[in-house]
Amino acid sequence: MSRFRDLAIGTALAVTLGAGPALAERLGLGRPALPEEIAAWDVKVMPDGRGLPVGSGTVADGEDLFSFHCAVCHGEFAEGVDNWPQLAGGEGTLDDADPVKTVGSYWPYLSTVWDYVNRSMPFGGAQVLEPDEVYAIVAYILYSNFLVDDDFELSNENFIEVQMPNVDGFIPDDRDEVELPLFVREPCMTDCKEGVEITMRATVLNVTPDM
Amino acid sequence: MTSPVTPTTSRRGFLKAGLATGGALAAGGAAAQEPDPLITEVQHWAQGFGEGVDATPYGLPIDYESDVVRRNVEWLTADVISSINFTPIHALDGTITPQGCAFERHHSGAIDLPKEDYRLMINGLVDTPLVFTYWDLERFPRENHVYFCECAANTGMEWAGAQLNGAQFTHGMIHNMEYTGVPLRTLLNEAGIRTEGKWIFVEGADASSNGRSIPLDKALDDCLVAFKANGEALRKEHGYPVRLVVPGWEGNLWVKWLRRIEVTDGPVESREETSKYTDTLANGISRKWTWVMDAKSVVTSPSPQSPITHGPGPLVITGLAWSGRGAIQRVDVSIDGGKTWQVARLAQPGQPMALTRFYLDIEWDGSEMLLQSRAMDSSGYVQPTKNELRDVRGLNSIYHNNGIQTWWVKANGEAENVEVS
Repeated sequence: MSRFRDLAIGTALAVTLGAGPALAERLGLGRPALPEEIAAWDVKVMPDGRGLPVGSGTVADGEDLFSFHCAVCHGEFAEGVDNWPQLAGGEGTLDDADPVKTVGSYWPYLSTVWDYVNRSMPFGGAQVLEPDEVYAIVAYILYSNFLVDDDFELSNENFIEVQMPNVDGFIPDDRDEVELPLFVREPCMTDCKEGVEITMRATVLNVTPDM
Repeated sequence: MTSPVTPTTSRRGFLKAGLATGGALAAGGAAAQEPDPLITEVQHWAQGFGEGVDATPYGLPIDYESDVVRRNVEWLTADVISSINFTPIHALDGTITPQGCAFERHHSGAIDLPKEDYRLMINGLVDTPLVFTYWDLERFPRENHVYFCECAANTGMEWAGAQLNGAQFTHGMIHNMEYTGVPLRTLLNEAGIRTEGKWIFVEGADASSNGRSIPLDKALDDCLVAFKANGEALRKEHGYPVRLVVPGWEGNLWVKWLRRIEVTDGPVESREETSKYTDTLANGISRKWTWVMDAKSVVTSPSPQSPITHGPGPLVITGLAWSGRGAIQRVDVSIDGGKTWQVARLAQPGQPMALTRFYLDIEWDGSEMLLQSRAMDSSGYVQPTKNELRDVRGLNSIYHNNGIQTWWVKANGEAENVEVS
């Protein structure tokens, strides 16, 4: 099987990887993945909605589901319980001294909410939700963030029409431009500053575990 | 008994300190007043038997080293399942981290995944999507490399100021191991990358999945699909049986229990690269894809958990330096809070994207010190102060705090985590 695969696609590989590093010949290890296997594991959803299954869910259904599956940690209104993550609120706080980062205030893409809830929530009982349930819960999280009305229904059809408030709030790493010019330098060795004052002490806070 | 010595000021100081604490009398050339019974009396270990070779098929450290363990800080996270613990770097030396006390960071706990049940899928923009068993992976040509794995959040609690009192807590979200594995490019080659492929998406077998997007350039450069660390199988908590090694890049990308690699035309923008592992600047805009861990260092001893107990005299100042941008070339140490610096000695030449051990041997006069270390890497990058970082980023970026650490060593030898002007 694998030997046949090598013969069949060896030529294509040489062409497609022409610009890449020189690669050794294939060893013919592993075996082709079956469509059912890929479908079971490849559940990612891209920002443009690719990967979403067909389905839909309403805010009202989401409220019930959220109450049952999620509210014990995230609160009935997605406001968070104790130290557990707050999923709603915090609008306009990102430049505050203490920003409140939630789905509504911070997350750039709705695809991430769907993907993460679908594959990793509820915490301790992941991958139990059906697609329609995930749509409904995501619709409820949007509602909790005042981003949709209470009669909203989210589906694979209207999914990418939802605009997340902080979609433009991210820039790719710019350390090379902003920080390297400052920090690539000849360091000072002597008389680097006149005085040195202690400005803060960890023992004042006293939050280190006893040893 | 001992050779005659000419007492020097420092030796006298040492002796005085030794007398004061009642310890260390026989060292440093000071004359003993009484014969040492540990020498003059036959000890039981010099008489009877120790343990047989069948006592310990796989050993743990001796009981006396029981403080050299991982520790967690309860208030940092909501629970211990999606949480962090810390490597006891204050007590280690050299560069290789013992796996048994190397830090852990899980998002849904350390799962138990037998080799028999392990599967690795490569799919997406490839000629042939593939499934590998664990045993398939062992048949590919292997490489060995030593790299540090530093959590993006290492030192993150210190952005707002000095908080946790110990190098283990401020800098211990790191380990450094010798990995054995298969270059990721070898596995991608086996599936055949299509021209539209620009990124990969990697995810784990655990419930959190920890999916992350990585540009194809990095994937084809030096990433390793590793199944051994420090000579033996990965520990359960470090991804047994297979994890991804992403040299120089933030620990979150080192996906454990690696189950799937997908070649994609763009980034997935998963939870771990949007909600988390993005760095908010003072203006509310956040950096994303801050993959590289910049040059960093810390004095591991003396430090709050490793005080000076021997009084004035010869003192070994030691620590670790590392950089995701290349090899450590030099480490400077200051004992006066950064007014003056001395070049420390590297135990070995720095290796790319690996921990480097440094030493500065001084004659401590017993006065207070403000200890700092400053790493320089092969790209010319010089580790900045915390305030220099804050000037650029503000206080809320959470991740990537590589600012210079200060320990205030007091006259009694105790040390404290402080910030200085």
